Amino acid sequence: MPEVLVCKDGEIAEGGVRLIKVGREEIGVIRHSNKYYAYRNVCPHQGGPACEGLRMPQVVDRIGEGGILLGQTFDEDDMHIVCPWHGYEFHLADGCHVIDRNLRLKRYEVVQRGGEIFIAV
Amino acid sequence: MNEHTRSFRDLSAEVFDTRTLLKNAAEQAIERRYEDTFIVDVDSHHYETEAFKEIAEYIDDPVLRHEAKFQGSSRGGITSESGSYQEIAGRITRYPERKNEIVPPKPHRDIVLMERWMDQLGVDIAVMFPTPMLNLSNCPRHEVEVGLSFAYNRWLCDTILEKEPRIKSMLYLPFHDPEACCRIIEEFGERKGVVGFMVTATHYTRNYQNPYMKMYAMLQERNMPLGFHAAFTWADQSLQLTNRFIAVHGLGFTWCNMLHMANWLVNGMPERFPKLKTIWIESGLAWIPFMMQRLDNEFMMRTSDAPLLKRKPSDYMREMFFTSQPMEMVDNRKALEVTFEMINAPTQLLYSSDYPHWDMDLPSTIYDLPFIDMQAKKNILGGNAQKLFNLEPVLSPVKQARLAARTAAGVAAE
Ligand code: FES
Repeated sequence: MPEVLVCKDGEIAEGGVRLIKVGREEIGVIRHSNKYYAYRNVCPHQGGPACEGLRMPQVVDRIGEGGILLGQTFDEDDMHIVCPWHGYEFHLADGCHVIDRNLRLKRYEVVQRGGEIFIAV
Repeated sequence: MNEHTRSFRDLSAEVFDTRTLLKNAAEQAIERRYEDTFIVDVDSHHYETEAFKEIAEYIDDPVLRHEAKFQGSSRGGITSESGSYQEIAGRITRYPERKNEIVPPKPHRDIVLMERWMDQLGVDIAVMFPTPMLNLSNCPRHEVEVGLSFAYNRWLCDTILEKEPRIKSMLYLPFHDPEACCRIIEEFGERKGVVGFMVTATHYTRNYQNPYMKMYAMLQERNMPLGFHAAFTWADQSLQLTNRFIAVHGLGFTWCNMLHMANWLVNGMPERFPKLKTIWIESGLAWIPFMMQRLDNEFMMRTSDAPLLKRKPSDYMREMFFTSQPMEMVDNRKALEVTFEMINAPTQLLYSSDYPHWDMDLPSTIYDLPFIDMQAKKNILGGNAQKLFNLEPVLSPVKQARLAARTAAGVAAE
């Protein structure tokens, strides 16, 4: 599979996004917790630029014994890509919508080699 | 094989720009050849908050003007009734970023921002409404509502509608004061770009009371539609029971129009003003079949309760106009198709984006529907609005240029 050079490791700041054009497609390369993820910058909802939104962790309602709501918190281990057009949320790890796994961002494999970041297209 | 990328964008280095946010919408417009379709957006918004200082200068009453300039129009914050989080606490980035967008000194900032999103979406003409000012409906001081609605409407006509023929509006009526509504229709009915008048549906008023009849007659005589524009207020007694925005919005935006629709019908307004056209704005579509079924069923058992009606409530509803957004589209194609049939969508449905609000719909929500033909799509996207508002079907300069380029390249329009 052809690989496309994205940048040198470290060129994208932690939490940052670089958008690269490969042919007609724009791909967002996201760095989060020193890992890289790459998705097509098109949301399956109405076509928004999903990679250009925020990354937000899963919101959790904390329920205690007997069904009592204790409060809310963020699950930092489940980071989401949030599409900026309407707010659809996708798991950063696999690009699937948090409720309907049939809705997903097109994912690309990221290869780190020799201090450089590539994506397989 | 390694291929080196030459062009890239680093988001951290970019300033917010509507055209960038909506570039995927522009691609849809090109792919779908929207230059072959006249598109009217019947419900869009601007944030008049940023021009509020200018608007305040248009207030007649000097005491109110002073107060407006002192108080501004910003919302209250997390503990206030208006402290909602429509933008999902920052997740819809155009809300917090809007203020950073750079525009040229001329024309007016609101015109530039409107045209930027209209061009990306492929919209030729947009009917524009305010945003926070819709909530004037809940202002307990009715004289403030009247004073500000006159000021806003004057500012809008002078500053926006006079200057930009692609932007139209249905003007805000201070519905708590029927006599002031009549004065607004008198003063602004002939102004350029005014295509109707609008009531925010969160007015706690009875639309069937006698003082309103003069206003309806005036609109009917002028052949100008009356819109009921949905909204929500967390001040509503029943909606105060909700604690999440999804609940107050999901219910509030339909409930207020259901209430006005029920009162409108059972008091026989369509029989009293048979030529007055009504538009039900921003409640989506799912509520309409419910109302039709519910009211028809009860009406057949108690026709004496609504003696002016000569036909079933749904028969009158089918002659009204509805804007499309937010079109409930998740996994419900069958329901949507039935809804389209029930409301006579090919002649009664009007495309609307509601841009820039969080639940906006692109023209592709209509254009890509599998169950209606191209003529119906064209009607809904613009043809119905063209007839209803008596609009010149002029394509935007961007779409005209695209069409010319195609013609020059020898590709005939379909
Ligand atoms: S286009 Fe992404 S959430 Fe709607």
